[in-house]
Amino acid sequence: MADPMRIRAALAGDETTVRVLMAHIMETGIRKDASGALIPAHFIQDVEATHNGKSVLKTMWSGAVSQNPFLSFKFKGAAKGDKVVVKWVDNKGDSRTDEVTIA
Amino acid sequence: MKKSMVQRQVLAAAALLVGMGAALAQDATATGIAQYREMLQDGNPAELFEMKGEKLWTQNRGPKNATLEKCDFGKGPGVLKGAFVELPRYFADTGRVQDLESRLITCMETLQGYKAEDLYKAAANYGKGESANMVAITTYVVTASKGMDFALPQGNEKEKTMYEVGKRLFFARSGPHDFACSTCHGVDGQRIRLQELPNLTKNPGDGVGFAAWPAYRVSNGQLWTMQKRLNDCYRQQRFPEPKFGSDATIALAVYMGVNSKSAESIVPAIKR
Repeated sequence: MADPMRIRAALAGDETTVRVLMAHIMETGIRKDASGALIPAHFIQDVEATHNGKSVLKTMWSGAVSQNPFLSFKFKGAAKGDKVVVKWVDNKGDSRTDEVTIA
Repeated sequence: MKKSMVQRQVLAAAALLVGMGAALAQDATATGIAQYREMLQDGNPAELFEMKGEKLWTQNRGPKNATLEKCDFGKGPGVLKGAFVELPRYFADTGRVQDLESRLITCMETLQGYKAEDLYKAAANYGKGESANMVAITTYVVTASKGMDFALPQGNEKEKTMYEVGKRLFFARSGPHDFACSTCHGVDGQRIRLQELPNLTKNPGDGVGFAAWPAYRVSNGQLWTMQKRLNDCYRQQRFPEPKFGSDATIALAVYMGVNSKSAESIVPAIKR
């Protein structure tokens, strides 16, 4: 499995703010190396966040997202102590899943 | 009557704005960069390096299959809090003044059985292979001193000598452009393109200059330690590449670190 994400989730009122920092090279596929050869694309394509099994965020990313992506989003309907699970899958099929407890 | 009063107020306000226009334009750039930096603070990728470093700190590695948990950075074996803001300093067991990164290599050698010369060679290939591990561990160790003030010791004769050596090196003009560190960092208020250049001959303030490294650079997605920062400064001056952890680089760090006494360290920082 890839390097772990750092996830933080805080509840304010009825809104939960989740902040995720992912470790990923996010290679666009357009860059060239020193010898002039194209560096193959390697980036996160899908990110999904679920709360109590229900999907609260789905993304479709491209090479346009920068290295070590930072994602912040809000959703309603959660309580302190609930778990939010974040999973990403990249174009090579590698994936990473981490969870956080809402503070 | 009402209309002319409003017209006069509008004219007065316009005149004021035109006068302030010039000053505002300069402030706008500085404010803009400050706002950009604040936005970057949330989710500093340096945290990913710190997480990796924490794992490596407690992992059994090397020929001796041991952890780094007994490493002494100057405040006792395993004491990390406040260690970074007192480095570089003199170490009795090695008989020399060392910075964090060279001290880490000492620990990896004595505790884990690695060969120091192999690690120095690996360190020259910055951010790859074993160097990536050392950068991660360095990030983990410095984070324990986040928010603390610099307090480099100058009690030992070798520490004082290194300060003086660092000062000489700081002002020594050389290389194909006849540059010295002081060329860019020797006076107040200098700037290259849009990058402010702190005056490093004195304390440039909290979180500035020496107090801003190690840091994650968004522009190239790398975490730069002080050794890398100095290496790149020399590259920018078109000097020959300094050896990793050389006395010259440590002396410069002592000079800047002592000058930054009581400045708050914001490590690990984030830069554009």
